[in-house]
Amino acid sequence: MNPRLRVDPVACDGAGLCAELLPELVSLDDWGYPMVVDGEVPAHLVRPVRRAVSACPRLALVLRDAESALGTPREAGRRHPVER
Amino acid sequence: MTITDPRRRTATPAGKGRTPVPAPDRLPRLLAEPTGPGLVDHLDLWGPGGRLDLDEVGRAGLRGRGGAGFPTAHKLAAVRRSAGVRGRTPVVVANGTEGEPASAKDAALLEHRPHLVLDGVAAAAAALGADRAVLCVSDDDDRAARSALRAIGERRGLDRIAVELVRTPEGYVSGEESALVRWLDGGPALPTVTPPRPSDRGVSRRPTLVENVETLAHLALIARFGGGWWRGVGTADDPGTTLVTVSGGVERPGVYEVASGTDLGGLLRSVGAGPTAGVLVGGYFGTWLSPERIDGTGLGRAPLARLGGSPGCGVVAVLPAGSCPLAETARVAAWLAGQSAGQCGPCVHGLPALAGALGAMVDGDPDGRAEAQLHRWSAMVRGRGACRLPDGAVGLVQSALAAFGGHLELHRSGRRCAEADRPPVLPVPPRARRAA
Repeated sequence: MNPRLRVDPVACDGAGLCAELLPELVSLDDWGYPMVVDGEVPAHLVRPVRRAVSACPRLALVLRDAESALGTPREAGRRHPVER
Repeated sequence: MTITDPRRRTATPAGKGRTPVPAPDRLPRLLAEPTGPGLVDHLDLWGPGGRLDLDEVGRAGLRGRGGAGFPTAHKLAAVRRSAGVRGRTPVVVANGTEGEPASAKDAALLEHRPHLVLDGVAAAAAALGADRAVLCVSDDDDRAARSALRAIGERRGLDRIAVELVRTPEGYVSGEESALVRWLDGGPALPTVTPPRPSDRGVSRRPTLVENVETLAHLALIARFGGGWWRGVGTADDPGTTLVTVSGGVERPGVYEVASGTDLGGLLRSVGAGPTAGVLVGGYFGTWLSPERIDGTGLGRAPLARLGGSPGCGVVAVLPAGSCPLAETARVAAWLAGQSAGQCGPCVHGLPALAGALGAMVDGDPDGRAEAQLHRWSAMVRGRGACRLPDGAVGLVQSALAAFGGHLELHRSGRRCAEADRPPVLPVPPRARRAA
């Protein structure tokens, strides 16, 4: 299964880079915050998605394994500093 | 608090010095009145606290009473599982913060029946092997805190672990479970992004059971009498009893205990409700029912789900006839916008926008612009916060639009109704201090 793209809404401050780099999956709401298409990332977009994830100045764009409903150990290891 | 019935018990066939098992269909349960306020009176009424068996909780079908309605057995099992997998000792947090302005049942329970809550904490802590238990009470709730503290003092030597009382900052989202975990760890009382959930990684990064105080009081009875007894009232889909806070256009507002699934119309007649313009069920994340929906709708998950709602935290706020439900909703929506923790952009910007559009609609919306914005922004905001505040606000606004179509026509025709200028019915407290 391909991973899913998520936004950490606390970390995100609406820089909007993701929508420019990844218009296929990200659009901006009326206030400039990203809205991400739900569902697995299509295989042909995985590479640009990874690029967008690493470009986010707030590290607010997160790739999550599809089955990690309760959080995987890998994910737990990469908690964003603003979370706590 | 209103207690609808004096204590009633039936004699037990098992007799012999044991506390009689009350008939399961006798009400009230949680609000049954001991002969006095102390621990001795409490134990005289209920007998010693039993051992909590997780299977019995599952058999009971108890769901959380803080608002979300999550199955309590699943939460307990998740904490136990995580404790086993990670080899960490769990923590139990009793949530008595009650940020819902129209709810008073948690405060009533803590003030008048603190030992039942503390029994539930002790039973849950023992079942999970927890070595720390915390009771959270809001800063603005001194009576509940005083009563709880006195009760905790009385139980020294009775409980395996002493319950710590922690005061929490006021505010709608500071009682959200991830916010409580942060507060207890020395951070701000603001929600975090989940997962990980507190059941996996909570206080001190340990598996943590965060459970509403009413839920814990029910657990105290399940520990004593079992899940079969507990579901001896209510319906198959909505077993047990529920505390409700009835407010607004009724003669006898207060906290009542009813069988889950009780007919809303019957409840309202029993508390002397006059003609209504609508009823808000479940709290400020709740659902509006139009007057014609009240009779025949049960106060339970199954019947309310058919109308897009849930019992939530048991709020039943009655809007008297001659009120404007749209204006009431706009005031609450504006208040909810002010309760944003300020962390998530869509909430910070979207909720004031939603509240503003609803206010514009109340003033008259002849070209349908405000209503179109309401729908656009509802879709935009839903599901985009760390906590469920945005979803709750959207749900409230959408349920008002769905329930009050007839009244809406008047505003759609471009007018502001005279009722919109009546004094508010739903309480919107002054804005709480930001928990920082």
